[in-house]
Amino acid sequence: MLDFVQQLVSGIALGCVYGLIALGFVLVYKATEVVNFAQGDLMMLGGFFAFTFIGMMGLNYWLGFAGAVICMALFGMVAERVVVRPILGYPQFSIIMATIGLGYFLRSVAGMIWGTDDLKIETPFSQGVLRIGSLVLAYDKLSVIAATVILCALLYLFFNRTTLGTAMRASSENMLAAYYMGIPVKRVVSIVWAISAAVATAAGVLLAPITFIHSNVGLVLGLKAFPAAVLGGFGSIPGAVVGGVLIGVIESMAGFYLPQGWKDVAPYIVLLTVLLLKPEGLFGLHVRKKV
Amino acid sequence: MRFLFKTDYEDDIKLFPHSGYLYSYGLLIAVLLVAPYVLSSYLMSQLVFVCIYATVGVGLLILTGFTGQASLGHAAFLAIGAYTAAYLQQFNVPFPVYFLAAGLLTGIVGALVGFPALRLQGIYLVIATISFALIVEEIMARWESVTHGNEGMRVKTMQLLGTTVPRDGPTFYYLCLAVLVLTIVGTLNLLRSPTGRAFVAIRDSETAARSMGINVALYKVKSFAISAAITGFAGVLFAHKLSFISPEMFTLQLSIEFIIVILIGGTFSLHGAVLGAIFLVMIDPFLTYLKDDMPGIIAGVAATLGAGKERAGHIQDAVAAFASANGLKGAIYGVIIVLFVLFEPLGLYGRWLKIKLFFQLFPLYKRATFKRQKIYVKSERNR
Repeated sequence: MLDFVQQLVSGIALGCVYGLIALGFVLVYKATEVVNFAQGDLMMLGGFFAFTFIGMMGLNYWLGFAGAVICMALFGMVAERVVVRPILGYPQFSIIMATIGLGYFLRSVAGMIWGTDDLKIETPFSQGVLRIGSLVLAYDKLSVIAATVILCALLYLFFNRTTLGTAMRASSENMLAAYYMGIPVKRVVSIVWAISAAVATAAGVLLAPITFIHSNVGLVLGLKAFPAAVLGGFGSIPGAVVGGVLIGVIESMAGFYLPQGWKDVAPYIVLLTVLLLKPEGLFGLHVRKKV
Repeated sequence: MRFLFKTDYEDDIKLFPHSGYLYSYGLLIAVLLVAPYVLSSYLMSQLVFVCIYATVGVGLLILTGFTGQASLGHAAFLAIGAYTAAYLQQFNVPFPVYFLAAGLLTGIVGALVGFPALRLQGIYLVIATISFALIVEEIMARWESVTHGNEGMRVKTMQLLGTTVPRDGPTFYYLCLAVLVLTIVGTLNLLRSPTGRAFVAIRDSETAARSMGINVALYKVKSFAISAAITGFAGVLFAHKLSFISPEMFTLQLSIEFIIVILIGGTFSLHGAVLGAIFLVMIDPFLTYLKDDMPGIIAGVAATLGAGKERAGHIQDAVAAFASANGLKGAIYGVIIVLFVLFEPLGLYGRWLKIKLFFQLFPLYKRATFKRQKIYVKSERNR
């Protein structure tokens, strides 16, 4: 039983990271219908920025964290302006390929700059455990869960309660109509990319104590975050997090209870099953096209 | 400029619209036939890879280019073809039999993947095919009684009609070329048949296709099966060419490379698959060239421009360090993909058509002919 709870918590923590990356996918998808395959690589880059600030320049953890988030938000805007904006509205396949290309580029450049070794960031959560009876929970995992809950609440309020959030939802429904309503669509899209890159950075920094940062971490985790986003139904913020947690728990349970090898494929088997039964994901909208 | 007047249906679906096609393709075939006697063995080996990649590209084009169903899982089909060949070879099954068996098995698996894919669209389909490929990769690594797991499998030299066909000899090259040419001709015939037109109709509008009486589900599954089978055939040749296969060769990276092939070549015509394959396979020799010769050349240029000997030496070292940097290939891949999507969405074949049109219409060519129209995002969620 204790093992089960332990696995459950570490699965939820891992799932929260997937959820955070998936959140980035969903934000961008909600606002622009763009599926950003480079989201995991943005996370990786955010982690490296944080490493540069904290590990190499010796800044305070929170200061370094904030610096990395700001840098990556700017980077997200630039990436949107250069790579995505010129092809916005073209077939989804082209956009997916462009972001895959961006991901390739970021991975290689990060490998060239920071090397291919695993890097580690010292954080206030790196050490220490919380003991509840005989249950031992590491702070690094709890910090990920707490941060995910806070970020989700903030984003949910932002999208549903603020004017800018409403503008983002409007421009995702129909860009041309949003223009007519006086919404500065281009700026809105830029801001969405900035937010999504910032969320990715948060995920990267929180993840740093659990998995080390290396140039391929984005690809590995990004490939897990996709099923998370799809499981939750692309385009639903709570769905992304629930999907992420589900994937994380499934992976962690499969790693513990099933023979070796199942850990890596179990999330995908679950994903395919869900897609078979419910092609729009768990929280997706099912709307038919009018002809 | 030549004007083609089509007076009946037969004219419209001709494989060779006019005699110029016969001459130019005849010349191309002739050049390809004498290639082994002219080119170095390294370039011949690259040419074999071009044939294999182009075959996969044609298979992928049927699915992605003509039926409009994206797939990032074609490395898995290639793997199934390759492993079927390697497995059957252990029991002394002759080449023609396991070649066909590999294609058949891959086609069946493709159809099985096609069924769940029927209900999926766009991004969901991409994710589903990625998941499929990852699961197949894991099966290859774990099903040790058949695939020998991560140790990989050795593929014996091909025996065809009682003769040995070494993987770096001209006969193997001719075999790959023949498979490619037959695939292309077969696909061209498929595309001008009702089946091919149904594929294109599904790509352009599924709803419209359905209202014209096309059984969308049936044709999507057919498209998956045909595409997978062609990839399976290529997989057999791939296994023989490498003479050793292991699961880590058939990763997502390879699937992405196949997509790059058709993306760079152009997704609207079979020429694209071949041009893209040439481009992708030739990146490697180009990078080697960059690594070996570029530093010297740049240093030489710097020296003639008046840089001192020591300075030129520094420049040479710097360029050499840059050219041999780890992961330069990945960065170049990334930049190439992004640039093609942004500036040359019709791919290399599109560029060729533009150049051709420029000379045909000279001096009346207008850039606006190929200009992309402004498009606004409209939600695909309401499809």
